[in-house]
Amino acid sequence: MQSERKIRVLVAKPGLDSHDRGAKVVARALRDAGMEVIYTGLRQTPEQIVETALQEDVDVIGLSILSGAHKTLFPRIMELLKQKGLTDMLVFAGGIIPEEDLPEMKKIGIKEIFGPGTRTETIIKFVLKNVPKRT
Amino acid sequence: MTKTEEIAQGVLAGDRRSIAKAITIIENNTSEAQKLISSIYPRTGKAHVVGLTGPGGSGKSTLIEKIVREYRRKDKKVGIVAVDPTSPFSGGAFLGDRIRMQELSTDQGVFIRSMATRNCLGGIAKATKDAVKVLDAAGNDVVIVETVGAGQSEVEIIKVAQTTVVVFAPGLGDEIQAIKAGITEIADIFVVNKADRENADKAVMDIQAMLQLNNKENEWKPPILKTTAITGEGVPQLIEKIEEHRRFLGKEVGRKRSVWKIEAELTEAIKERVASSIIEDLKKEGKFEKFLQKIMERQIDPASAAEKLLHEKLRKPS
Repeated sequence: MQSERKIRVLVAKPGLDSHDRGAKVVARALRDAGMEVIYTGLRQTPEQIVETALQEDVDVIGLSILSGAHKTLFPRIMELLKQKGLTDMLVFAGGIIPEEDLPEMKKIGIKEIFGPGTRTETIIKFVLKNVPKRT
Repeated sequence: MTKTEEIAQGVLAGDRRSIAKAITIIENNTSEAQKLISSIYPRTGKAHVVGLTGPGGSGKSTLIEKIVREYRRKDKKVGIVAVDPTSPFSGGAFLGDRIRMQELSTDQGVFIRSMATRNCLGGIAKATKDAVKVLDAAGNDVVIVETVGAGQSEVEIIKVAQTTVVVFAPGLGDEIQAIKAGITEIADIFVVNKADRENADKAVMDIQAMLQLNNKENEWKPPILKTTAITGEGVPQLIEKIEEHRRFLGKEVGRKRSVWKIEAELTEAIKERVASSIIEDLKKEGKFEKFLQKIMERQIDPASAAEKLLHEKLRKPS
């Protein structure tokens, strides 16, 4: 059995939009970079996402949103993570998030937000650099 | 108390965060893994472990979702381990079994964990067995293991599961594969899923025909059930059969079978160790490398090389 620690990532789509191309491209890229990617499909509630992160004991959560509801859903997700004591997980996001909302999103604990046109290598590098060291 | 002891205590108390962390420890096979298992082991053996296997696209995940709902209606706690393959090229994995089960994810009586095979042969992560022990010790009544694959590899499931359910779907062309894979020997229950499709009855008949070729006299005759996972049709009957099989395992004849399974597992464990110790020896003596070179130069084929090497190794000193 391998003893090397694999990076486990949850790629989740909160809310009601059904555009999952971006999420799937990111999931695939992270898999090809040697990570174990848990993909949950569309239309996830914050509760489902956080409970999944807990059960799967992931290191990283990637959120993809294009509906414009990030200002409602992201704070809720961050709050639930705190409630469940999952504060050591790295959270990043992608999708359509207006420039002016970025400071607020970062303030609630989303480490980075990747807009359209981001290269997958950029995301992989970001994850590798920021993944929490856990024992 | 060490961190591992704390996690073990948490598992026994049914704490979900501890269960998740315990499975991570096992997956990463740190030195703590064995300590963890030995401290929870006395509390295992209560859950009924059900394996679901079958070709991709036969509807296993959707069926599991419905099975779990049925168990939840009976107020049973359920743990699920869903195994998907690791990419042999990148070492990464795409674990997508949850997509069909996400509505269960917030139910506190259900715990779902996705696992990658991490390049283990057998369609089952090596850590799967121990993850099952964690979910068992945590107080689940039923633990379901979903594995990938068609073919020889899925035979591994019987070492983990007490009741093995093999799922087919009409029109996948699985019938012939099933015969090849020796599935007749591992299935306790056959399911033809997507039974609303045409050819479902033909699939049932194919399995029946295949079972008739099986000459062995068995006390347990594997039933063939039809389900339509998307509507849940046939699922209560499936649960009934699983329970019936569980009762059978409790009886004398059933217990004999459990012994047989453990025997097979022990035999395999010995084989593995013997093989690796011989290979290690051969490597030390430089013979392994020597033959490797010969094979690369096409002077000898791998099977003949193995025969020569073993002949030398196993010759009794006279």
